[in-house]
Amino acid sequence: MTSADLAIVVEDLKKTFTARRKSAPVEALRGIDLAVNKGTVLGVLGPNGAGKTTAVRILTTLLQPTSGRAFVQGRDVVKEAAKVRELIGLTSQATAIVDELTGRENLEMMGRLHHMPRATALARADELLVQFDLADAGDRTAKTYSGGMLRRLDLAASLVSHPDVLFLDEPTTGLDPRSRLAMWEVIRALVASGTTLLLTTQYLDEADELADEIAVIDHGLVIAAGTSDELKGRVGGDIIEFTVPDREQLAAARRAVESMADGGPPVVDDAAGRVSVRVGSAGSEALVETVRRLDAAGVTSAGLALRRPSLDDVFLALTGHAAEQTEQSEEVAS
Amino acid sequence: MSSIAWAASDTWVLTKRNLTIWARVPAYLVFTVVQPTIFTLLFRYVFGGAIPTKGFPGGYVDYLLPGVIGQTAAFATMGTAIALAIEAQKGVIDRLRVMPIARSAVLTGRLAADGIRMLITVLVIVGVGYAVGFRFHNGVGSAVAMIVLAEAFGLTLCVVSLFIGLALRQEEAVQAFGMIWLFPLTFVSSAFVPVATMPGWLRAFAVNQPITHVINALRSLALGTPMGDNLWLSLVWMLGALAVFMPLAVRVYKRVS
Repeated sequence: MTSADLAIVVEDLKKTFTARRKSAPVEALRGIDLAVNKGTVLGVLGPNGAGKTTAVRILTTLLQPTSGRAFVQGRDVVKEAAKVRELIGLTSQATAIVDELTGRENLEMMGRLHHMPRATALARADELLVQFDLADAGDRTAKTYSGGMLRRLDLAASLVSHPDVLFLDEPTTGLDPRSRLAMWEVIRALVASGTTLLLTTQYLDEADELADEIAVIDHGLVIAAGTSDELKGRVGGDIIEFTVPDREQLAAARRAVESMADGGPPVVDDAAGRVSVRVGSAGSEALVETVRRLDAAGVTSAGLALRRPSLDDVFLALTGHAAEQTEQSEEVAS
Repeated sequence: MSSIAWAASDTWVLTKRNLTIWARVPAYLVFTVVQPTIFTLLFRYVFGGAIPTKGFPGGYVDYLLPGVIGQTAAFATMGTAIALAIEAQKGVIDRLRVMPIARSAVLTGRLAADGIRMLITVLVIVGVGYAVGFRFHNGVGSAVAMIVLAEAFGLTLCVVSLFIGLALRQEEAVQAFGMIWLFPLTFVSSAFVPVATMPGWLRAFAVNQPITHVINALRSLALGTPMGDNLWLSLVWMLGALAVFMPLAVRVYKRVS
C-alpha cells in the first residue's frame, strides 16, 4: 500500500494543553499514529476525555498540535490548512445549524460559503434535503426540528461540498435508539458512495457496525488498532460452549476437543456439565469441527454455541475499565 | 475571483444570515426598535419637563434626541457581544472555520450586520423624534454627518463587544458585564441631562468620559450649537478604542475553540 491510498495519516501526534496558572498541563494526546485508507471507515473508540475530540480538532485544522504531523489527502493539516478545509467536512457535537433559518436556507448558506453560485447552492440543498429525508421539513425553521432531524440536517450541512473526507465526532451521542439507527443508515449510504470517514464514538456497537478498522484510544494513546474481529481476537478469540447431559461422557468430550484449543486448555464445569473451549479466530469452522469430533467420539452434546467476545470484553481487557463510563470526566478542550 | 472578492462574498453571506436571524427573533426587534422608541417617549414626556435645557432651539426634545441616539448605538453593541458569545458557545464558529471561507468573515459579517441594524434603529429614533417635535437645525449635511458619527461610534463599540463576547463566551456573563459598563457610561453622561446638574465629583467624570464627547458632538451636528473640542476628542477616543480592541478581538477570535 502506498501513501497515495491513504486519506488520513497521523504520525506521533501530541497535544498538551497548558492550563491556566498553576494547574499541571494536560496531555490530551500523547503520541498517536493513525492511517485510514481512502473510502474506508476508521472508528476511533474511547471513553470521554480519551482525546478523540482533540484528535478530530487537529485533523480539521481547528487546533494546532504540540508536535507530530497529520495529513489529510496528503495535505499537511498545519502547513496546508486552507487546502485541507476544501477537502473535509465535519459534523461535531456542536451544531452548525442556525435555528432561525429553515433547513433549506441553512444548506444554501453552506453552499454559498463553499463559493457555489446561488443556483448550484439551492440545487444542492434540495438534493440533500431529499437524501436525508428532510424534504417535507425544508421550509420550516430548524428550531422546529426534532433532535434526530437536526442531526441529519447538520450532517447534510457538512456534505454540501462533497468532501473527500468526513469527520463525524460522536454523531449519535444523545440520540434516541430509532434516530440512531436512522443515522447509521445515512452513514452507511455515505460510505457506499466512496467517502472516507473518521468516526469517533464511545459506543462499541456503533464502531462494530460502521467501522472497517477501529483504533481504541485511552488517555491520549492508541492502545489497540485493527478490525473489529482482530480486536476481539486479542481477548482470546471465539469461545465454543456446549453441555454434555451424560456426565459419564464429559471426560471423553474434553479429550475430543482438547487439540482445538487456542489460548488455554478447555474449561470443564463438572457441576453444570459444560465445556468451554477458546478457539481463536477459527469461528464457525471450529463449530463444525467440534460437531464432527464429538460425533466421532460418540458424545451426545446439547446447546452447542459459538460465542464471540464483544468489544466490551475487548475494552475491559485492554484498559482494565469499561468503555462507557458514567463518570463525568470532561472531554479536554471540548 | 481574488481572495479579497471571496472575503467580501463570505462577509455578505454571513451578514445576510445575521440580519435574517435578527429579523426573525421578535425579542431582537423589540430591543433594537421598540426600546429606543420607549426611551424617547419616556424622556420626552415623563422626565423632560423637569430637566432644564436652556439654549437649545426646540427645548428638551432637541437636547434629548442625539442623547438617545448615542445611548442606543452603545446599547446595540450588546447584541453583538451576545450573538458572538452564543455562537462561540454552540460551536457554530468552529464549524464555520472548518470551511474554506475567509476567516475574518465571521467578524466582518457580524460588524456589517450590526452596522445595518444600528442604522435602522437610528433612523427609527429620528422618525419618532420628528413625530414628537424634534428637528434638525443645522442643515442636511450636518444631519447626515450626525448619523455617520453615530454609526461610527456604534461600530467602534461593536469592536469592543466582539472582544467581550468572544472572551466571555457566555450569554449571561456578557449581559451582566454589558450592564456594568454601558449603564454608567451612558447615563453618567450628557445624554439625558446637562452635566451641570450633577454633583461635582460625578460631573468631573461625566464631562471627561468619551460618551459625553460623542453625544455633545452629535448634538452640535444636529442643532448647530458650538462644537468646541467634542468632535476631535470623540474621534481620538474612537481611534484609541479601535487600536486597543481590534487586535484583542482578533486574538481571542483565533483562540476560540
